[in-house]
Amino acid sequence: MNTVVKRLKDFGAFWYDFVVGDDWRVAVVVLLALLATFGLSKTSVAAWWLMPAAVAVILPVSLWSARKR
Amino acid sequence: MTGTGGALFAAVFLACAVEAVEAVTIVLAAGTARDWKSAGYGVGAGLAVLAVITAVLGPAVTAIPLGALRLVVGGLLLIFGLQWLRKAVLRASGHKDLHDEDAIFARELAAAKSAQAQTRFSVPDWYAFTLSFKGVLLEGLEVVFIVLTFGANAHDVPLAALAAAIAVVLVVAVGLAIRAPLAKVPENTMKFVVGVMLTSFGMFWGAEGADAHWPGDDAALLVIAPCVAVYALVWVSVLWRSAPRAAEPSPASELMGA
Repeated sequence: MNTVVKRLKDFGAFWYDFVVGDDWRVAVVVLLALLATFGLSKTSVAAWWLMPAAVAVILPVSLWSARKR
Repeated sequence: MTGTGGALFAAVFLACAVEAVEAVTIVLAAGTARDWKSAGYGVGAGLAVLAVITAVLGPAVTAIPLGALRLVVGGLLLIFGLQWLRKAVLRASGHKDLHDEDAIFARELAAAKSAQAQTRFSVPDWYAFTLSFKGVLLEGLEVVFIVLTFGANAHDVPLAALAAAIAVVLVVAVGLAIRAPLAKVPENTMKFVVGVMLTSFGMFWGAEGADAHWPGDDAALLVIAPCVAVYALVWVSVLWRSAPRAAEPSPASELMGA
């Protein structure tokens, strides 16, 4: 049983690492930006700028927290 | 080939070349330190599993409606791209060690030499088999993901597959010819470019999948990619100033592979 649980955990950890990677905040911001873009696209306001804006914010935040001090 | 087709080809070619360099380094270490025959079996088994995954995922991915595909794949590509870009910027600015195939090869070689030989399922050296199997499978998974997602989104899986095949064949041929890690490949620069491409395509497709419309349609990509590259270079420059080191090459020279 322990072996099965360990293998499932390893499998989950592999896919988490493969998809989410080192900084989970990047994945969360991308997800929120997609949702916000979808919401905004249903109004009369242009929605294309939301994704670049999200990247412009999350990239430096992620870089800043990963820098060597 | 259109401008978008050229960008698609370049992005897939560079991404797959980088993954192939990493896989070749691992297989070379397994073959050199242990047993070429077992390492070869590992490569064959890895490719067979990848072929099954491609055969299952390929039709499934191309059957998904384009809007949903662009939303999901755009989001995933953007997350992937930002990971690549983050590492590339940290490396170029001196906040992370440069990717060094020579060092990785030496490390894999030392680990391979210290492991005990064991015969299993008619494979002379199980360690060499599993090492190259894992290397091919893990790096190959990224190749499959990139080819299928880029190809399906751009309605041009054959072009994406061609770019990947040329990259992999080229890297494997050079690796087999010199039988040494491909340390001369400007891997860090390539990773930076791939990060820019994945982030750009991810933003573009993700927003389109979420029903947004880019000004200029497909031509917007030709503005997005240079903007992402310049923005990342600005952060290389900013972070380079605070990097904890003495006299080092400038970020520009590091990205040029100097």
